[in-house]
Amino acid sequence: MIIQAVLFYLFAAIAIASSAMVISARNPVHSVLFLILTFFNAAGLFLLLGAEFLAFTLIFVYVGAVAALFLFVVMMLDINFAELRQGFLNYLPIGGTIGLILVIELVALGLGWVFSPGASSVAAAPLPPPDAMTNTAALGALFYTRYIYLFEISGLILLVAMIGAIVLTLRRRKDVRKQNIGAQVARGRTVELRNVPSRGGV
Amino acid sequence: MLVIGLGHYLTVAAILFTLGIFGIFLNRKNVIIILMSVELMLLAVNINLVAFSAYLGDLIGQIFAMFVLTVAAAEAAVGLAILVIYFRNRGSIAVEDIDVLKG
Amino acid sequence: MEAASVFLPLFGAIGAGLFGRFLGDRGSQLVSCGSLILAAILSLFVFADVVIGGNAREVMLVPWIESGNFKVDWALHFDALSAVMVSMVTIVSAAIHVYSIGYMEHDESIPRFFAYLSLFTFFMLMLVTASNLLQLFFGWEGVGLCSYLLIGFWYDRPSANAAAIKAFIVNRVGDVGFTLGILGVYWVFDTINLNGIFTNAAGAAGHNIQVLGIGTDSLTIVCLLLFVGAMGKSAQIGLHTWLPDAMEGPTPVSALIHAATMVTAGVFMVARFSPLFEQAPDALMVVAVVGATTAFFGATVGVVQNDIKRVIAYSTVSQLGYMFFAIGVSAYAAAMFHVVMHAFFKALLFLGAGSVIHAMSGEQDMRRMGGIWKNIKLTWALMWIGSLALAGIPFFAGYYSKDIILESAWGAHSTVGIYAYVMGIAAAFLTAFYSWRLLYMTFHGTPHADEKVMAHVHESPKVMTIPLMILALGAIFGGIIGQDYFVGEGANAFWGGTLNALPTHPALAAAHHAPRLIKFLPTLVAIAGIALATFAYQMAPDLPKRFAEQFRGVYGFLLHKWYFDELYERLFVRPALVLARGFWKSGDGTLIDGVGPDGIAAATRSLARRAAALQTGYVYHYAFAMLIGVAAFVTWYLYSLGR
Repeated sequence: MIIQAVLFYLFAAIAIASSAMVISARNPVHSVLFLILTFFNAAGLFLLLGAEFLAFTLIFVYVGAVAALFLFVVMMLDINFAELRQGFLNYLPIGGTIGLILVIELVALGLGWVFSPGASSVAAAPLPPPDAMTNTAALGALFYTRYIYLFEISGLILLVAMIGAIVLTLRRRKDVRKQNIGAQVARGRTVELRNVPSRGGV
Repeated sequence: MLVIGLGHYLTVAAILFTLGIFGIFLNRKNVIIILMSVELMLLAVNINLVAFSAYLGDLIGQIFAMFVLTVAAAEAAVGLAILVIYFRNRGSIAVEDIDVLKG
Repeated sequence: MEAASVFLPLFGAIGAGLFGRFLGDRGSQLVSCGSLILAAILSLFVFADVVIGGNAREVMLVPWIESGNFKVDWALHFDALSAVMVSMVTIVSAAIHVYSIGYMEHDESIPRFFAYLSLFTFFMLMLVTASNLLQLFFGWEGVGLCSYLLIGFWYDRPSANAAAIKAFIVNRVGDVGFTLGILGVYWVFDTINLNGIFTNAAGAAGHNIQVLGIGTDSLTIVCLLLFVGAMGKSAQIGLHTWLPDAMEGPTPVSALIHAATMVTAGVFMVARFSPLFEQAPDALMVVAVVGATTAFFGATVGVVQNDIKRVIAYSTVSQLGYMFFAIGVSAYAAAMFHVVMHAFFKALLFLGAGSVIHAMSGEQDMRRMGGIWKNIKLTWALMWIGSLALAGIPFFAGYYSKDIILESAWGAHSTVGIYAYVMGIAAAFLTAFYSWRLLYMTFHGTPHADEKVMAHVHESPKVMTIPLMILALGAIFGGIIGQDYFVGEGANAFWGGTLNALPTHPALAAAHHAPRLIKFLPTLVAIAGIALATFAYQMAPDLPKRFAEQFRGVYGFLLHKWYFDELYERLFVRPALVLARGFWKSGDGTLIDGVGPDGIAAATRSLARRAAALQTGYVYHYAFAMLIGVAAFVTWYLYSLGR
């Protein structure tokens, strides 16, 4: 029990601290690295909750793909070391107040949450005990049966995103000499069909 | 304090969410911070979902979190692509220079 | 036929006005002159029927207003008075139309001119044949409008525009009185139909009205108000300032409107309302005094004018004064006689002056004329005829009409009558003097124009001289022929009850029994005036100049027209301009525009600018706004749930 609490507080503290650093780090590369740290700690929290598939998927996808993507872009865009511009502190009071209000409200909600007694019994997809099936298997059993459509559609979403990203950013180099065999070989407008009357000539 | 209940997880999620929001409008550096803040917010939501799933004994929370993950990844990709061409056209991604919508 | 004689000019006006572009210059001239000549011929037939045959009638046209007891119709009222006026107006107008063909030959808007001229004639005819006051007012206003249009005919001249506005506004002042008079008539008689009014005229004699708490005889007030309108229209002293400036218009316009017809509308109207005026002796007294003063005034100012048209204009003012003081002593027939005779010889004089101006290549200042009688013999002869008629030399038209007026003034045997007589004699002397001054300065003596102008002096074409000759015939023989019918033995049968003086006002009847001296004094005085003019301008040419320098004050007073224009400028024009500017700048500009369009626009703009400040273009600002909204919602829900 106690190890759970310790681990929880550890993961939670580091996650919160590193996300604070994400938004306030000077060097954008540092920001991305702190984001990666946040993700790792969040994965740790997921593990504590017993959602190991999600935890590792988080690491694969977010850290492995998204954060790497962020790094690529940061490096590619040749961003200067941004000096902390004036005006940051203008919004801090108001922003801080509003943010604080929001946090307090959310926390108040969260801490005061009381489940109704029969909530567990109406679970849409009851959690099987960990001995019967692994988390992954349980998720798989749900994904490929009941939520197959959503699964496929999410795949499509990813496809669309990929195509979109390519379409947006594809650049053709102008000094490359490529051959368009189809255009070379096509007859197109060079040949025209005319109906000539017999013995008429052209 | 020692027994970690749902509330703890929700608190963590709330704080992460708020930090993400702060990142959106308090940052003056560049637009990438905004995108990262969005990822933070989505992460907070995910924590929320998984926490509820664990404490309600309902797997559906985790399935939902899975989808959120997918969409977040897709959105990050497209967002970065847009950022890249924006930078190509404008030469700057400083937040204060992006005011074309100014009325 | 009666309706045709009234409406043919309208037809001519519409033809030339609306279709002038298709008809062209010649076509418009043909349409308008043709319609008018036809109307003149028809009017003679109507005259024969109505006056000589004695068939007065009312030709109903269209019902107009019917509101409770108030009933007004468009109807043409033909009796002796209106038949005489219709004939006179159409004949003179036809002559002037034909004259204008030649005079306006080189103008660029010929169809417009003829359209306005014919339109004016139509309105004048509507005025004289009106069967009720509203229709008369319609014609009244219409002739005022056409006068404005025609004075400002050459609208690219600022002086012409100013003169046109001046004429219209001064007329308007008179019209205020006239309108109040019409209301007064309705108040007293409960109808504005002429027949209704005249049959009840005697009965309303003692009617009293409360004006500002003072009880007065209502008919006096009504007649005075009507006379104010006549003062404006007929340029009596006080409201006369527009007539000399109206000379800015083309000469045919001056001849038609400001000599023969429009200015006599006032005289006609008062004569038409003779049954009313007879019941208001105080009003008649005012009329006589005003008329006599005007006669004297016009003559004094005309003596020193240098513009040939202005001399004749002031002569018109003076002669109108004669007509009014004749009315003032209840000699209505004499006044109407003079109206008709004056129309002929004054139009002749104006058109002749136009001929002179035409011959002198546009020169109007008499000091730069002289010595041209050999070159334009016909015009010279016609001007002499006109002047002889005007001065009242025996056997010419003016002799009969002016003399009977002066005799009636004496025959009234009242203080007003004697005043009028004295003024009239003085005016007659001055009239002869300035008429011959005009003739000598224009035609005789040494030429003061340069050689180029003198070489160009030529007689006018026939299309201009034939109308002049027709008018000259009227000026020569009109008096002899008409004297008996208008004011003599056959007058009662002629007028047939339209112009009746009460037996208590025997001025006209007494005029015939005036002593010899009274009868011959006008002629003597006229001859004296001619003699003085001959002496001053032919025999001792620098006498006038020395005289003017000697009596500089008087000369200046007369030259500036008794300083009326300056007085009105001070009293009315400048305050009005100040008031208008104040209303414009402060009232309209600051107040109305400020609160209204401009104010609302400015408020909208500032509000919009403030609202637009929300659109910074920064997405994170928008996100911030969303966050605030989210926080607000969450707070609200928490509170509503908590409750």
